[in-house]
Amino acid sequence: MSAARVVLEGVRVRYAGADRDALGPIDLDVAAGEFIALVGPSGCGKTTLLRTVNRLQPIDAGRITIDGTNSEELDPVTLRRSIGYAIQATGLFSHMSVARNVGIVPELLRWDRARIDARIDAMLELVRLDPVRYRDRRPRELSGGEAQRVGVARALAGEPRLLLMDEPFGALDAIVRRELQHELRDIIARVGTTTIFVTHDVNEAVRLADRIVVLHDGRIEQCGEPLELADRPATAFVRALFASDDAIAERRAARPVHP
Amino acid sequence: MSYLLAHPARVGALALAHAALVTGALAAACAIALPLGVLAARNARGSVVLLGALGAIYTIPSLALLALLVAACGLGSLPIFVALVAYAQFVLVRNIAAGIRSIDPAERDAAVAMGMTPRDVLMRVEFPLAMPVIVGGVRIAAVAMIALATLGGYVGAGGLGSLIFTGLALHHTDEIVAGSIASATLAVLVDVTLRGVERALRYGVSR
Repeated sequence: MSAARVVLEGVRVRYAGADRDALGPIDLDVAAGEFIALVGPSGCGKTTLLRTVNRLQPIDAGRITIDGTNSEELDPVTLRRSIGYAIQATGLFSHMSVARNVGIVPELLRWDRARIDARIDAMLELVRLDPVRYRDRRPRELSGGEAQRVGVARALAGEPRLLLMDEPFGALDAIVRRELQHELRDIIARVGTTTIFVTHDVNEAVRLADRIVVLHDGRIEQCGEPLELADRPATAFVRALFASDDAIAERRAARPVHP
Repeated sequence: MSYLLAHPARVGALALAHAALVTGALAAACAIALPLGVLAARNARGSVVLLGALGAIYTIPSLALLALLVAACGLGSLPIFVALVAYAQFVLVRNIAAGIRSIDPAERDAAVAMGMTPRDVLMRVEFPLAMPVIVGGVRIAAVAMIALATLGGYVGAGGLGSLIFTGLALHHTDEIVAGSIASATLAVLVDVTLRGVERALRYGVSR
């Protein structure tokens, strides 16, 4: 699976009737294959920022290029089919089986039936759901964790260059959440796709991301590797955000010690 | 009752004509209501105006509406056909709009984000998910139309109403009863059938 480089330059969003920008200006360069976490409190603009990338949210200024192509020049439907998308509420289609949910983007891309079926099984195995047991289930017959697994499988099924995730594990209990965080890291490492991940949970961001972007009032407060943000917070806001972070200790412990 | 037993073939033929009239009108009504319902679901302010107007039609006494329609398009099945289509709009449009609006926003959001065209979203996600509510509207409309279509007997449209109105004119209670029973039976059959469809859709097995 190829990975996309995403570059945002001077991106701004202003909602109709508002007297100031809800987002921006945002400048961010996401390298191919990188895992970026957007972190911040509710209303900081992290979801808005995520949604500008697949053009669910129109931008009022600036530009977003994906592998060098200005996303405004692409047909939004074509663009979205090349980008995986997973959200907290899963958005699984309740009238379709798990298999059809997972196969929806390949179906939209008009792959042939055999290839779609093989892809569905491969994706279910990737997220550790037995295809034989899960293919024909309905979303309402799944637990929260299983539904999120299906959501991840669906997001990856179309061989996306880029994966957007908006608090995908936000509604899960702590144990399932940790388990899925762990597996997601594995899965992303295996498929190698570029990932932009929204969360309000700093621990989750530290566990998953190569780089963390801290957003505050629609602007980037600081951007860097997890330990860099923890060790050298640029502002009091970032310091406070990382103050109660037990995942930092885990990550420090995991870092190779040089003599 | 004796008329019904003595002339089953004639009552059957009239019931068939009755069903054909209602089926045709229902099909036409759905064809008009579908785009209107989608429009009403998308536009909150437009929906208030549209449902207000359709509600106003719904409150016109059916005999008065039929009289106006006979003046406009003459006797025969056309005036009753138009009346049936007009009356059904309120229930159909309201249910189509309500069905589409009741869909979990996350499902619609996901559909757009997956790269569905607006047409894909409507056909693959919104209509299938709204279908139980839509069929509920079709059921209520169909039952009301079967009763209303008996007025067709008054304007020469045939159907079971012609039995009732002939009976009224000739003081043949038997024919009135036969027409009423047949029409009510038809309504119950349609109601039960569409209820089944509704349930199958709600707890469906479709893939």
